[in-house]
Amino acid sequence: MILLFLSSGLFLGWSLGANDAANVFGTAVATRMVRFRTAAIVCGMFVVLGAVVSGTGASDTLGELGAVNAIGGSFMVALAAALAVMWMTKAGLPVSVSQAIIGGILGWNVFTGSRTDMTSLARIVSTWVVCPALSAAFAAGFYVLARLWISRARIHLLELDALTRALLVVAGGFGAYSLGANNIANVMGVFVPAFPARSFHVFGMIHLTHAQILFFVGGLAIATGVVSYSRRVMMTIGKGLFKLSPVTALIVVVAESLVLFVFASERLESFLIAHGLPSVPLVPVSSSQAVIGAVIGIALVKGGRNMRFGMLRRIAGGWVATPAIAAVVAFLGLFFLQNVFGVSVARPVPFELTPAALEHLEREGVPVDGIRRLEGIRFENAHEFKVALDACGELSPDVLDCVFESAEIDCFEVDPARIEGLDPAILTEAQIEAIRALEWHSYQHKWEFCEALARASKAWAFLPETRANHLANKRLATRLHYVYDTFRLSDCREEPGGRR
Amino acid sequence: MPHLFGKTKLLESKIDAFLDHTSEVALLFREAIKDYLDGRRAEFEERRKNVTDLEKRADELRLEVERQLYVETLIPDSRGDVLGILEHTDEVVNTAKTTLMLLSVQRPEIPPELNSDYLELADYGCRAVQELVMGIRSFFRGSQVVTDYVHKVKFWEKEADKVGERLKRKIFDSDMDLANKLHLGDFVVHVDTLADDAEDVSERISISAIKRSI
Repeated sequence: MILLFLSSGLFLGWSLGANDAANVFGTAVATRMVRFRTAAIVCGMFVVLGAVVSGTGASDTLGELGAVNAIGGSFMVALAAALAVMWMTKAGLPVSVSQAIIGGILGWNVFTGSRTDMTSLARIVSTWVVCPALSAAFAAGFYVLARLWISRARIHLLELDALTRALLVVAGGFGAYSLGANNIANVMGVFVPAFPARSFHVFGMIHLTHAQILFFVGGLAIATGVVSYSRRVMMTIGKGLFKLSPVTALIVVVAESLVLFVFASERLESFLIAHGLPSVPLVPVSSSQAVIGAVIGIALVKGGRNMRFGMLRRIAGGWVATPAIAAVVAFLGLFFLQNVFGVSVARPVPFELTPAALEHLEREGVPVDGIRRLEGIRFENAHEFKVALDACGELSPDVLDCVFESAEIDCFEVDPARIEGLDPAILTEAQIEAIRALEWHSYQHKWEFCEALARASKAWAFLPETRANHLANKRLATRLHYVYDTFRLSDCREEPGGRR
Repeated sequence: MPHLFGKTKLLESKIDAFLDHTSEVALLFREAIKDYLDGRRAEFEERRKNVTDLEKRADELRLEVERQLYVETLIPDSRGDVLGILEHTDEVVNTAKTTLMLLSVQRPEIPPELNSDYLELADYGCRAVQELVMGIRSFFRGSQVVTDYVHKVKFWEKEADKVGERLKRKIFDSDMDLANKLHLGDFVVHVDTLADDAEDVSERISISAIKRSI
């Protein structure tokens, strides 16, 4: 069954390769500086390398798809995203795979009655504007500098050609590596826990974990997409919007990489914070949008002539259509998967204002008098709970978030057998000790478990939310998710068996 | 970096050699005309032979450069322009060779009073080619001075045209028989063509230089 589910991940990988590879090599191929075959080979190799060597492991949040809580749902969301991206690839339009996935998740949310994370929605919309604008500014700046340098350096036409060619291949290789590393979690991450392979040694030297084997397979799927179907989108990026020269092709790739690095790199942010430097705010960026932004930036500096606005409109339309298509396909697909094939597509997430939850809300300073009459009533999903809350009177979005978080029923039991299975590479010794102290304890809410852990050890306590602590808290949240996944009871309707 | 540019440097040196030959052919052309006008036939033939050899080598170099540009898909964006420039520059060399060959074969009798005009015409053609070669070199280096050289080529071409016209008038105003007049007039056109060809190439480089700006 897992292999069947895996097929949609592989399909998504293929779509990613067919579309996103164009972001790293599109301009180089379209300006005929790098042959398509060379680009496909270099890109394929580095994508696989990036996926296996730097792919975010099971310890990190498992990509965007981690939000979907049953493998059947993940299958459908991945399939919907892959179909949406494939459609856009066929039209030769560069789109963002992660946005297709978010679109798919939105479809899943609607189908399962889960709450939609408004930040995800805001993220989709903001990247359409923020990312191309940033990238355009970078590319325009680089273009002016490059023009100045070339006129001063008096570099020979042939030397400039050789230098540009070499840099395009190097930049493309790096781009492909980070494409593999950053996106493999979206493609394969959700299948990691269920994948049946064991870790092994290659020629007795290289050790591959079971996640890395899966990522290798996913990397191969991406590479196949690059080789078999990426040419068309490459041509759109390099030629369809504005005819680029070899040097501007390089500027586009450099601007795109830099935008991704500066505005999306947590490592850079933590480096800056650690050295007491002012950090750059992390904003959501998408490589497809960065590339298009960079091309527009250069076109504008060159006076905006020869720019094909019709193509620009088509590309922008593709950005809007991709998540929308993915959402609709996911919704319909989930319907069939659940009702025709009887596959579970979501783990039910019920809500109940338990006495503990009400107490927790009061402690948080939320007025509970209006909603107290819902105490003890079990709601099967977020949608039903929301309807009941709306009937109690209007609540502000912040209060609503707080109420949902407190009332979500998620049952955990700290089973000693599972403590032994905890990965010391993910948790610290102090954190594992704290979990041991809670042996056989059980909880009905996530926050209950979280508070118990924080009481047991400082290693589980969130730091005050300041800029400097942001990353540490983010890491702690990731570890908490790992612990939740480890100790979660599959059926919350059972009374947890242990003592409190 | 040296390794990265190894092959490129070789190609660059071939282009440079081609341009050196072009420049040398123009200088030899002027000297050969001078020898012819001064009646030094042996020296004239020697220089003509030199020009023929250089033309042959320039042709070979041009073909090698063109082949390498195509086979290694170098400078995809400006390949067409560069090939056009090289081919038309080769025509300048051909013109010099052909004119000297016709002089050698037809041996027109030029009255001594026209010598200085013919020499002036050859000199302006030679100057136009020298400026053209400088212009092509600066085109490859992406320099802004390309337009200066193009301007100078045009200047010498115009000067050559003026001398050509003056010379033709002198020829046809003279007492020579018509056959002689036509023969000498024909040679005015031949010698003047060198500057015209140089101007054609210079127009190409000025357009290519605009396209070359990134």
